[in-house]
Amino acid sequence: MNPIPMDHGLMLAGILFMLGLISVLIRRNIIFMLISVEIMLNAAGLAFIVAGARWAQPEGQVMFIFIITMAAAEVSVGLALILQLYHQLKTLDSDAANQMHG
Amino acid sequence: MEITFYLAAAVAIVSTILVITRYNLIHALLYLVVSFLAISVIFFVLGAPFMAALEIIIYAGAIVVLIIFVIMMLNLTHEDVQHEKEWLKPGIWIGPAILSFVLLGELFYIFTAADSPSYQGQPVEAKAVGLSLFGPYILGVELSGMLLMAGIVGAYHLGRQKRKVIHRFLEGAEG
Repeated sequence: MNPIPMDHGLMLAGILFMLGLISVLIRRNIIFMLISVEIMLNAAGLAFIVAGARWAQPEGQVMFIFIITMAAAEVSVGLALILQLYHQLKTLDSDAANQMHG
Repeated sequence: MEITFYLAAAVAIVSTILVITRYNLIHALLYLVVSFLAISVIFFVLGAPFMAALEIIIYAGAIVVLIIFVIMMLNLTHEDVQHEKEWLKPGIWIGPAILSFVLLGELFYIFTAADSPSYQGQPVEAKAVGLSLFGPYILGVELSGMLLMAGIVGAYHLGRQKRKVIHRFLEGAEG
């Protein structure tokens, strides 16, 4: 297997993380913000996998499993919140979320 | 192997850009699946085939399907796409994009300034991952189990609707 430089993998993770960051900054649709958080978590996991492959240690993949677990729990709670927001306010605008009153 | 990595990286970047620029949620999700599949190819090339399978099953499978179900429940129309188009004007996205690109440039500068260590290229087997997951990291596994349980309970509690129709046997007792 030909070696791939570690910094190329880390650069890819950085680009993907930055794209998710831009999207979470510019979007007002709350589902798009949730998707952007998923992109950022996935990029962080990619960085862990690259580091784990560099030192040939299983710790990177262990961290990726924990990140995937956290992403699954986060997306289920986030989607439940989005459903409640939409049922109460009939909009997906994240600026309207301050009118939920608990 | 190298060309596979760079092709998959290009596909991942392009499809992620397409995700964050779509107005329609379903189109964005389809590009998101493509992005996850490309990253899964990268995991395979980096010598983590089990993580590639997990990426496809959990991210591209479970999480995206969950979001699609919620979009189907919300019953979005063409007007919502128009709203999205109004919300995403260039004046809004140019500033944060420039700031984030400055951060990315600094990151690249740090990567290129340091002499990069070379990568040996031996794959990490799934057996080693499992052994360390249930050896030194057993506490983390138990904590993530508790996190998933809390996620289930929290999602049920948040997503519960106020019951509008009471069962006919209970109506007399209530009234």
